[in-house]
Amino acid sequence: MRILVVEDDKDVAGFVVRGLKEAGHVVEHADNGRDGLFMAASESFDAVILDRMLPGGIDGLKILETLRGQKNATPVLILSALADVDERVKGLKAGGDDYLTKPFAFAELLARVEALARRGKGEGPVTKLVVEDLELDLLSRQVKRAGQKVDLQPREFRLLEYLMRHAGQVVTRTMLLEGVWDYHFDPQTNVIDVHVSRLRQKVDKPFPTPLIHTVRNAGYMLRAEQV
Amino acid sequence: MFRSAGFRFAAIYAVLLAVSAAASAYYVWWATAGLLDRQVEAAIGTDWQGLAERWAERDVPGLMQTIDDRLMQNVDDDAIYLLVDSRLNRIAGNLERWPSTVQVSGPFYELQVSRAGIRSLAMVRSYDLPGGYHLLIGRDVQVRAQLRRLLTDALLWALVILLALASIGAMVVRSLFRRAIANVSVTAAAIAAGDLGQRVRLSGRGDEFDQLAEVINDMLDRIGRLMDGVRQVSNAIAHDLRTPITRARTRLEDAALHAETAADLQAAIERATQDLDGIVAVFQALLRIAEIEAGSRRAAFTRVDLAPLLADLAELYGAVAEEKDVALEIDLPGALPTFGDATLIQQAVANLLDNAVKFSPPAGTVRLSAVPAPTGPTIRVADQGPGIPAADREHATQRFFRGEAARHTPGSGLGLTLVQAVAHLHGGTLRLEENPGGGLLAVLSLPLPEEGERPNRDVTRAPLA
Repeated sequence: MRILVVEDDKDVAGFVVRGLKEAGHVVEHADNGRDGLFMAASESFDAVILDRMLPGGIDGLKILETLRGQKNATPVLILSALADVDERVKGLKAGGDDYLTKPFAFAELLARVEALARRGKGEGPVTKLVVEDLELDLLSRQVKRAGQKVDLQPREFRLLEYLMRHAGQVVTRTMLLEGVWDYHFDPQTNVIDVHVSRLRQKVDKPFPTPLIHTVRNAGYMLRAEQV
Repeated sequence: MFRSAGFRFAAIYAVLLAVSAAASAYYVWWATAGLLDRQVEAAIGTDWQGLAERWAERDVPGLMQTIDDRLMQNVDDDAIYLLVDSRLNRIAGNLERWPSTVQVSGPFYELQVSRAGIRSLAMVRSYDLPGGYHLLIGRDVQVRAQLRRLLTDALLWALVILLALASIGAMVVRSLFRRAIANVSVTAAAIAAGDLGQRVRLSGRGDEFDQLAEVINDMLDRIGRLMDGVRQVSNAIAHDLRTPITRARTRLEDAALHAETAADLQAAIERATQDLDGIVAVFQALLRIAEIEAGSRRAAFTRVDLAPLLADLAELYGAVAEEKDVALEIDLPGALPTFGDATLIQQAVANLLDNAVKFSPPAGTVRLSAVPAPTGPTIRVADQGPGIPAADREHATQRFFRGEAARHTPGSGLGLTLVQAVAHLHGGTLRLEENPGGGLLAVLSLPLPEEGERPNRDVTRAPLA
C-alpha cells in the first residue's frame, strides 16, 4: 500500500517510515505542513498518517480540512501528542478516520493504518464472512466451523465478527475495546485477553487448526494458515 | 485623587448633603419670608376690591370717604393709600406725594416712603381709575422686611455651617471607606506577596463588608485547596514516577553493561519498553484526572441510562472474574437514568470492578448492584477482599495512594482518584465502606437526571480530591 507520513519529528518519522517499509508498504514522507498538503492533494495514497502540530504555517487539521473540502476521501490517521478528549473530538470532526496519541507503539499504528486502508475497499454490504472452514452468517447470526454449529454469546459473536472482518490483519486490544465494546478508555487489567481466550475455547479448541493467533507485543490476528 | 473611590464617595456624600440642605433652606425661606410677602400682596388685593366697589357705587367722594375710614380704623398703622387726579395732585390718603418710581399700574413696588415725617419701607401697587385718577394702595413692611432679613441671614448661615459639616462628614466617610477596604486590600497584598495563609478579618457585624470578606475567604480557601492539590500531585509525580523510571533506566544500563547475548539485550529492551508504557499510562491517567477535575467535560453531559451501561461492564468483567474463579453477582434495575458523561461513568465503574476482582480472594464474590434512590442512582460494588482499614479510607482516593494490602498487586494508585473525580464532576459522591462480612464496599452516588439538567447546580463547592 502507498502511505503518506506527514510528521516533522525526525526520529519519529524515521521510525515510522522504516517500520512501514518493513511491513511491505510504499512510504512517502513530508516534514512540514505545506509539502504534506501538496503531496496529499496531488498524489493518490491508500492512507495518510498525519501529525497535528507541523511547521510551515499549515497544521494537520488545516491539511485535513482542505483535503475533505476537495472531496478527497483518503483515510487519515491523526497521530498527535494532543491527547485531551476535546482534541480527539476536534480531530475526528475535521474528517480524521482514526486518532492515535503519542507516545504510541508501532504495532498499534501499523494495525490501525492497515485497518483504515483496507476499510475503504469493501465490496458493498456482506451477509456472510468466511475464513477457511469458519463461517459467520450476519443475517441469521449463526456461526459454523467445519459444518458444525458453534454457540456464541452476543458479545462473542461481535468479537468474532470484528476479527473476521479484519482477517489477515493485526488487531490490537485497544482496537477491539473500541470496535467491539465501544469503550474509549484503558481498562487496567487485560480484560480483552480473557474474552479472546473464551472465544478461542469455542472456536479453536475443538478443531485441529487454530485460526485466532496471538501476535506478540501487538494483539491478535485471525488468519487461515500460519505461513 | 479623583480616581480614589473613597474620595468619590465622600464627594457624592457632600454634594448630596449640600443640595438637600439648600433645598430645605429654600423651602423654609419660601414658607416664612415668602409667606409674609404673599400676605401683604393678598391684603393689598383685598383692599383694592373693596375700594373698587366703593368707586363704582359712589365715585370720588365715596372713595375719599372710605379711604379716610380705613385709615382711621387701621390699628396697626401700616396701611398706605393715596388717591390722585390726572395731574398727580393728592385728593385723599396718607402720603404727601405720588412716589416718582411708581410709573405703571400692575406690579408691586417696594420703596421708601415718608409718612407723617417718618421714613419707612413700603410695598405698594397702583391702580388706574376712570377719569385719569390713580389710586395707590400699600402696606408699611418695615417690620416684616427686618424679620425677613433676619430669616434670610439665619438660613444663609445655616447653609454655610451645613457645608462645613458636609465637608467634615465627607472626610469621615472617606476614612470609614478606607478602613473598611483596608482589611481586604492588606490581605490581598499579602497573598499577592505569596502568603496564602492570610484571610480577611470579619468584623462580626454580618454587614456587606463581612459578606464580601466571606466570599473572598471562600475563594482563598478554594485556591488554597487547588494549590495543595497541585503540590500534592507534583510531589506524587516526583516520588511515584521516579520508581518505574529508575527501573527502566536500570534495566537498560544493566543490559548495556552485562548482556552477553543478543537475546538478553532484546529481552531487556522489551521489558524497559513495557516499563515506559507503564509510565505513559500513569501520565495519561494523571492528565485524564486533571481534565476531569477541571470540569471542562461538563459541557458534554447528556441524559444517560446507566442500566445497559452497567450490564455491559458486568459482561466485560464477568469473564475476568470467572477466569479468577470469582463470582460476579449482578442486581440491576430495568432503568437507571442520570445526567452525565457515559464514558466517564463507564470508566469509573470499570475501575471499581477492576479493583474488586483484583482484590477478591479465589472463590470470592463480587457484587455489582444499583438502585434508583430518591437522591439519584446509587451504584454499589462490594468485594470480599482485604478491604481498606478505616484509617486509610479518606486517603484512598488520593493520587498514588496504595494501601498495605495493595502493596504487592499491580496498579498505579490512581483508580479511586479517578472514580472520585468523576463523582465530583457529576455533583455526586464516592463513599468507601466496610462490606458487611468483610471486604470493601464502594458506593458511587450520582445525581437524578432532572437535578443534573438544572443549569445553576452548585457543583463547584464539591471538595477537591
